[in-house]
Amino acid sequence: MRLEPIADPSPMRRVLPVVIALAATVILAGFLALVSGSDPMAVLGLIVKGAVGSKFAALETLNRATPLIFTGLAIAVAFRARLWNIGAEAQLYAGALVTVLLGTGALPLPAPVLIPVMALGAIVAGAAMLVGPALLKLRLGVDEVVTTLLLNFVMLLFISMLLEGPLKDPMGMGWPKSAPLLKEARLPRIVSGLRLHWGFGLALIAALAVWLLDRHTVAGFEMRAVGAGETAARFAGIRVPRVVIRTAVLSGGLAALAGFSEVAGLKGNLTLDLSPGYGYTGIVVAMLAGLNPLGVVLSALFVAAIFVGADSMSRAAGVPTYIADMLLAFALLAMVLALTMTRYRLRRA
Amino acid sequence: MSEIFTIIASVSLWVAMVRIASPLIFATLGELLCERAGVLNLGIEGIMVAGAFAGWFAAYSGMGLWPAVGVAFLTGMGFGALHALLTVLFGLSQHVVGIGITLLASSSSYFAYRLALPEVTSPPKIEAFATWPVPVLSQIPLIGPVLFSQTPLTYLAYGLAIALALVLARTPLGLAIRAVGENPTSVEAQGLSVAGLRSGAVIAGSGLMAVGGSFLTLSAFNSFFFEMVNGRGWICIALVVFGAWKPGKAVAGAFLFAAFDALQIRLQQTPLGAHLPYQIFLMLPYLLSILALIVTSRRASVPAALMQPFRKGER
Repeated sequence: MRLEPIADPSPMRRVLPVVIALAATVILAGFLALVSGSDPMAVLGLIVKGAVGSKFAALETLNRATPLIFTGLAIAVAFRARLWNIGAEAQLYAGALVTVLLGTGALPLPAPVLIPVMALGAIVAGAAMLVGPALLKLRLGVDEVVTTLLLNFVMLLFISMLLEGPLKDPMGMGWPKSAPLLKEARLPRIVSGLRLHWGFGLALIAALAVWLLDRHTVAGFEMRAVGAGETAARFAGIRVPRVVIRTAVLSGGLAALAGFSEVAGLKGNLTLDLSPGYGYTGIVVAMLAGLNPLGVVLSALFVAAIFVGADSMSRAAGVPTYIADMLLAFALLAMVLALTMTRYRLRRA
Repeated sequence: MSEIFTIIASVSLWVAMVRIASPLIFATLGELLCERAGVLNLGIEGIMVAGAFAGWFAAYSGMGLWPAVGVAFLTGMGFGALHALLTVLFGLSQHVVGIGITLLASSSSYFAYRLALPEVTSPPKIEAFATWPVPVLSQIPLIGPVLFSQTPLTYLAYGLAIALALVLARTPLGLAIRAVGENPTSVEAQGLSVAGLRSGAVIAGSGLMAVGGSFLTLSAFNSFFFEMVNGRGWICIALVVFGAWKPGKAVAGAFLFAAFDALQIRLQQTPLGAHLPYQIFLMLPYLLSILALIVTSRRASVPAALMQPFRKGER
């Protein structure tokens, strides 16, 4: 058996594998419901209802999608340049940490100045978390996959240490959480009365900005060129190390904005459970979107809907909530395979 | 300082080192096998979770401990087969597939755990492997109590390390596996199947990772709980690099790492530990792994075809 490239894939060929992958994911959902002793159709219905069935549910999905858009974008820009950033979780927490440091009274500034300063600080922190591994890769050839992965654990322990030490809220009844942000440091809601904050708006703007950068600037072209082939990029006169560092700054900064928006928009303080793995889920989001920045928005909404829907379904029916992670992992593998099958066919050797 | 010397002089530190190293040896050798054949297996973290769960669940359901290890091995092989199908046959990105397998293997373990035990708050215990001192060998002063008064799975890890080192270095099969990681085209020219060799290595290697995971539930602890693998898989990937893709050095790395891990646990209980936040000690293993990667980075012994999918007729 071997793969053979298809010179000119038909429209059918471009779409069918993706449809099959999504259908297979839905069938797996039904199967898992059946294994759990529930009615598959009822479970699927509950997931949809829990994700978009009411105004409250839909807003919850948008809120959940917000950090995923940021981490999805972070992964998409990095993977496009073949910088394997698996450390978005650490960069997210770096951003959240700086947000809390600046937003709890360190800077006596009015909101219109304070919020951008906090965001900028978060970006710098997240970028620094990834520039380190990127430099190690460029200078010493240290694989960035392992370093970024391990930094996730280091960062979480560091945050835990701060939350039980200097950052611990004296009014927190002994819980390891930071003091709440000042009122001026909180992101306002998009529509007053509705539980949706401007972090979501910022995420959409970020997606658009990354798309414009990717499609309409030299910097974006250079990043894609490095991803497509380092040697060719070098011969084309692109300074590869500079592009890799630029990618790291962008990717780490985007992931940090997820932390910024969760703290300043949603939670208002820093806890150790700020992110239930948004950094890792960002990989799923980015791959489902085929690494397309605008696609990331759609796939983040889809992934958020599955999480919110599965949470709500799990409370109503007896299917464990881990069904969401299983479905997404399966969808990730199925989609990567499907995207290959739009361009290749299997032939007997 | 004197506390540190007391700790280092204590036998219990070195016994703990061997115990902590055992699961790492299985998983590191499994990853090493995959990488020597040219496939980076980032599924390791999840496959260890699946092995820990499958082994524990088999024993919990009434199977013997050795059959439970077998169940873990088969579970690992199953995920390995999926990995091989996607990365070897279809040539998909090894990074993305590996992360996907890690997510799939760990979430399905958690799903199955919750499904089997919906109402349980404290994880049920099983009768784990007991310490079995090897006759004669365990009587050797110093070495005996440390190396040969362990649980049987640890002895299996020793045997495996020796076996894998011999197979890789001294047999035609080992030569073929190494060649397929260095220069797959030459292997194909010899009439051997690149896909077959790589798939075999990934499947067997994944089985070993799962056995490493099952050590946690069947030997080190006696129950399964969430987050119990806690980055050990990623550390094993660092250990493979540290060991320069050689079984002997990788095992030595695992012992070194485990020694530091055992030491940091004990340091936490000293007056020095009382002054420092415990998180500092917990960070050490991860920082140490990163440091090891940096120190060993100059050695260019990476399998030449690592992470390069092989497509017949393409160059």
